[in-house]
Amino acid sequence: MSVVIIDYGSGNLHSAAKAFERAAREAELDLAISVSSDPTLVATADRIVLPGVGAFADCRRGLDSVHGMVEVLQRRVHEDKRPFFGICVGMQLMATRGLEHTTSYGLDWIHGDVKPIQPSDPHLKIPHMGWNTLTQVKPHPLLDGIPTGPDGLHAYFVHSYALSPTDPANVVATADYGGPVTAIVGRDNLVGTQFHPEKSQALGLKLIANFLRWRP
Amino acid sequence: MLKVRLIPCLDVKDGRVVKGVQFVDLVDAGDPVEAAKAYDAAGADELCFLDITASHEARGILLDVVQRTAEACFMPLTVGGGVRTVEDIRRLLLAGADKVSINTAAVKNPDFVREASEKFGNQCIVVAIDAKKVSATSEEPRWEIFTHGGRNATGLDAIAFARQVAERGAGELLVTSMDRDGTKGGYDLALVRAIADAVSVPVIASGGVGNLDHLVDGVEKGHASAVLAASIFHFGTHTIGEAKGYMADKGLKMRLDEPAQNASARATGMTLS
Repeated sequence: MSVVIIDYGSGNLHSAAKAFERAAREAELDLAISVSSDPTLVATADRIVLPGVGAFADCRRGLDSVHGMVEVLQRRVHEDKRPFFGICVGMQLMATRGLEHTTSYGLDWIHGDVKPIQPSDPHLKIPHMGWNTLTQVKPHPLLDGIPTGPDGLHAYFVHSYALSPTDPANVVATADYGGPVTAIVGRDNLVGTQFHPEKSQALGLKLIANFLRWRP
Repeated sequence: MLKVRLIPCLDVKDGRVVKGVQFVDLVDAGDPVEAAKAYDAAGADELCFLDITASHEARGILLDVVQRTAEACFMPLTVGGGVRTVEDIRRLLLAGADKVSINTAAVKNPDFVREASEKFGNQCIVVAIDAKKVSATSEEPRWEIFTHGGRNATGLDAIAFARQVAERGAGELLVTSMDRDGTKGGYDLALVRAIADAVSVPVIASGGVGNLDHLVDGVEKGHASAVLAASIFHFGTHTIGEAKGYMADKGLKMRLDEPAQNASARATGMTLS
């Protein structure tokens, strides 16, 4: 089985690749994990990971600049139903639109907009930066064996914008930051996390292993 | 709920930890990667490398250290020291830093903060504010920005500067009191609070931690979102676990997860003092 982490010029992917390798090793999964900007590799990979840091529009531009990538992604995700995992801005790109600085369009896999976080408590700092617990909204294999709730494990967040899915059924988990902030979205063979699993120590490695085992 | 972050900071020179990290059984106390792994295993919430390498030629060594750390530690890493250009930031991020801290370059040109945050996103741009109190005891407190380890005065008001760089896109401010740094007398709480209350971005308190109460004060009295310390951890006075446990006992919301690497640390026989 092969996993491809898509490299489209959005930051360093060594630590993401290492986290996937370690999660696979600890889960005793025999996987080939590659970091690549080659759409032909995405066309054959069994599982696809789309990372992303920075601004929504920049990431969208970066993805578009890899010739053929968006088309291959659409085909693999919609027709071939390959498991897909978006991380941080990679997750935000699953939305219909991003409203950061300017309005730009996402892949429209999870209907909804990526909007500024507006905590009810004005004293709360933006970005939402650091370790937060998760509130599970609906069951999902990605969270198997991961303690959630106030006494659960923590995930590492750093973001000022968040995805608000039109259909609440696409929200798997939220984090509390002056109100619920979308932390995990999921639908069919698609999942995405606003937090960084590759920076989230125990929770992150477990969640990555769950993705690698997932058979949607 | 979002937790208070505890951040150990390592001074790195020519690719080596400056004062050494006195953990029991650490294979090489001077290797920043070894120290980073130990802090990761101990449950540190983030890690900070401050590069104090003097020569520009030796800076490539830091990139190698950052890369090896990022591959071994699944926790956020901030790297600062000598960051002058967009290209410096790019190189550090590509090596695996999650955030880059800018100091003198932001003082010389606050628009550099805007340029950097527009290019890489404000989430990865930290501005390090080194300040000294310049007001007399009888006066309203006033702090000024200093550069070069507190040697060079700039005439800039610390609070006004903090507001300015936050508006220009700094995602976080690392506030160090040059009066307190190295004294073990505790943070300059009035300084930290004045800045934390003036900006909408998170503030990390730094400079002067000598005991665990200082960490608690940084949050409770200084209104910091995160607290940074160096020597109390490096010299084994306290472990990360003790510090976080103590802060939680005092009512602060801390992340007390079992660290991911405990199992592998035990497997390799590495223990923490």
